[in-house]
Order: sequence, then structure tokens, then C-alpha cells
Amino acid sequence: MSSRQAPLPSISVDNVAVIRGNRLVLRGLTVTARSGDIIWVRGANGCGKSTLLRLIAGLLYATAGSIKAEGRIALADENLALDANLTVEKALMFWADMDGASADAQSAALADMDLQGLAQVPVRFLSTGQRKRASIARVLSSKADIWLLDEPYNGLDSASCARLDQAIMTHAAAGGIVLVAAHQPPSINVAHSLILDRPEADA
Amino acid sequence: MKAFAALVAREVRLAWTGGGLWLPVIFYLAVATLFPFVTGPDKALLARTGGGILWIAALLATLLPIERLILPDRQAGILDQLVMRGWSDESVATAKIIGQIFAFALPLLLATVVGSALIGLPEAQLGTLLLGLALALPALSGLSVTIAALTAGLSGASALGGLLLVPITIPLLIFGAGTLSENPGNAMQLLAATALAIIALSPFAAGAALRAGRT
Repeated sequence: MSSRQAPLPSISVDNVAVIRGNRLVLRGLTVTARSGDIIWVRGANGCGKSTLLRLIAGLLYATAGSIKAEGRIALADENLALDANLTVEKALMFWADMDGASADAQSAALADMDLQGLAQVPVRFLSTGQRKRASIARVLSSKADIWLLDEPYNGLDSASCARLDQAIMTHAAAGGIVLVAAHQPPSINVAHSLILDRPEADA
Repeated sequence: MKAFAALVAREVRLAWTGGGLWLPVIFYLAVATLFPFVTGPDKALLARTGGGILWIAALLATLLPIERLILPDRQAGILDQLVMRGWSDESVATAKIIGQIFAFALPLLLATVVGSALIGLPEAQLGTLLLGLALALPALSGLSVTIAALTAGLSGASALGGLLLVPITIPLLIFGAGTLSENPGNAMQLLAATALAIIALSPFAAGAALRAGRT
């Protein structure tokens, strides 16, 4: 039984430094996240919040240090990653096909983000907040263990924020890990908040 | 495999809905239509030069889809999402090249039948022309994806793409024009060899360019 069970998701960022465009963005950063953790990543503009999420997602390489992530990762950042000409449902279906996710998971994600009424609307006609909800629905239906959410509350109305909070708590309760990079504190209990400073400021 | 097919299907769909499929075909046929206006309706001249004109038109038509092949996907975060799902940049490039073969090479090959009629190409030459283009167009698809990956995000990308593509296609053009001679055998073999080399190498070149362009 136990041999078939997937290992619990975890993230281990150890003493990482990142230089981007001759600028030290992250220095000596160590982060550990275990199954069930919700981490609020905060800090001033340009302190490396998005960089940290992209590092964990494997989209950037660290200049020094090591990053290990166990489990499937999903990222929602400022890029929607949905085809603008497709309907919300079909655009999400493309990623469901890529992930081998079921149609049920997709309809559940649409319902969680209150997008059923917009399922047949082309993505290009969505408002900013609706786009954000669609990109979060992509994360929800991916069945990934680790969610990396970059400014997920931007553009969301209070009802949608509550829905997102609910989804984050459900995911963490089911053993997932959520990293939320945001300026405003999430209204949910976070395991710990990670404050990034500007390495150049005190250099 | 299902995911790979979905990615190829997406490429074809984007070309179909985004004008990437029809624009090169219309451009190609427009060149074939315009050429007799310049040379006059001299049947013998058109028969002699028509094949070469269609070759040039095919090369120029390759430039048209370049801007929409990589840049929109990079800006929308589609490429990032694929990398996160374990796709190598080379597989993404391969899917895009196969998509281009369906969405660009095949329609242009079909348009060649119409174009050769417009230009008054002798029927005997049509088979050779089609065979030559059938070898070259997949290679041109590979080159267009590679150049799109190299220039995505650069300022003046489309002009730069043209400058890069034209010199690289010279071997294809020389051997392609050679196939239109009375004895096309050797030129056809060289064209096939060149095209195969380009098709084999372009996923790696395009993949490396995709990786280098990630920020």
C-alpha cells in the first residue's frame, strides 16, 4: 500500500541567491514548506516574490544555492496562459488534456471560481477579475500538489476573494502546499509569512 | 502522446483562427497572379520561369507566420506552463514544427496546383515542382519556428526574421530551382538531403532558442 503512495509534497529552498540583469534579487534565502502549509510571501515591489515563485516552478535557475520541490506544481501569475480566442471552458480543457485531468475536475474548478456562467464566453471578453478567476481555475483543475499564486487577489471582488480563500484552505487541508505572493494579507490563517527584503538596500 | 497531439492540434487551430493559415496561401497566389502582369502574357517565358517564381513566393510566404509562432505563447505564459509540466523545449519546438507542416506546408502545397495554373506552368513540370516543394516546405516550417524562437521579443523581430531566413534558405532555393531543369534527379537528391538535415536539426535549434529566451 505505502509503496504506491506518492510522497508528500514539500519545498526546500536552501541558501538561494539570484542575480538578474546585474541585480541581486535574492540573497541567502532559505524556505521550507511541508504538506498542508500555506505561506504568505510578502515584501516591497521588486524584492523577488515572483522570482521566488518562478524559481520553485523551475522556470528560473538560481545563481547559488539549491531548490527542491516534491510534487506537481501549478503556477498562476500575471500571464493568463489561456488562449484568448477560445471559450473559458475550451481554454481550460486544453490544459486538462495536457494534465490528463478529468472533465469532473474541470467543472468543479469552474464552480469553485463561479465561472459556470462564463464557461461559453471567449477568454478575450473577460474582465481583469474574471481572467484572474479563470487562471486560478486552471490551477484548481490541474490537481497539482503545490500551488504558486502570484498576486492572486488582484482584481478580485470580495466574493471571489472568499472563494479563493476557501479553495486555498481546502487544498492545504487535503495535504497540498500553497505559496501566496501578495501585498495584502490573505484573510485566512497562514502557516507562516515570509518577508523578502531587498538585498541591495542593505548592501 | 495525447498531450503532444493536443499541442499540435492547438497549433493548427491557432493558424486557422488567427489568419496564419490563409495569409501565406493568399500571398503565395497573389505573387503567382501578379507575375504575368510584369512579364506580359508570354507563354514560353512564363513556362520557363514560373516554377522559379513559385519557389521564391513559397520562401517569402514562410516569413508571414513567424511573428505569431512563438511570441504570443511566450507573452501569454503558455510556454512557461508547458515547461512546468515537464515538456522539454525541443518537444515544444517539434510540436510547433509539425503544426506548421499541417497549417503552412500542406495548404501551400495545395495552393501550388492553383498557382501553377495561374502562371501557366506546363503540366509536365507540375509533378516535379510539387515533389520539390513537398521536400522543402517542411524544412521551411522548421526554419520559421527556429527563427520565430530566436527573434521572439526582440525589437524589429519581423524584419530581423526576414534577414535571417533568406540567407539560410539559399541552398533549398538553389537545389529547388535545379529540380526544374530538364534532368532534375541530382538536384532532387541534394534538395532532399538538405531538407532532411534542416528538419532534423531545427527542433534542437528552436528548442535552444526557446530556452535562452526564458526570463
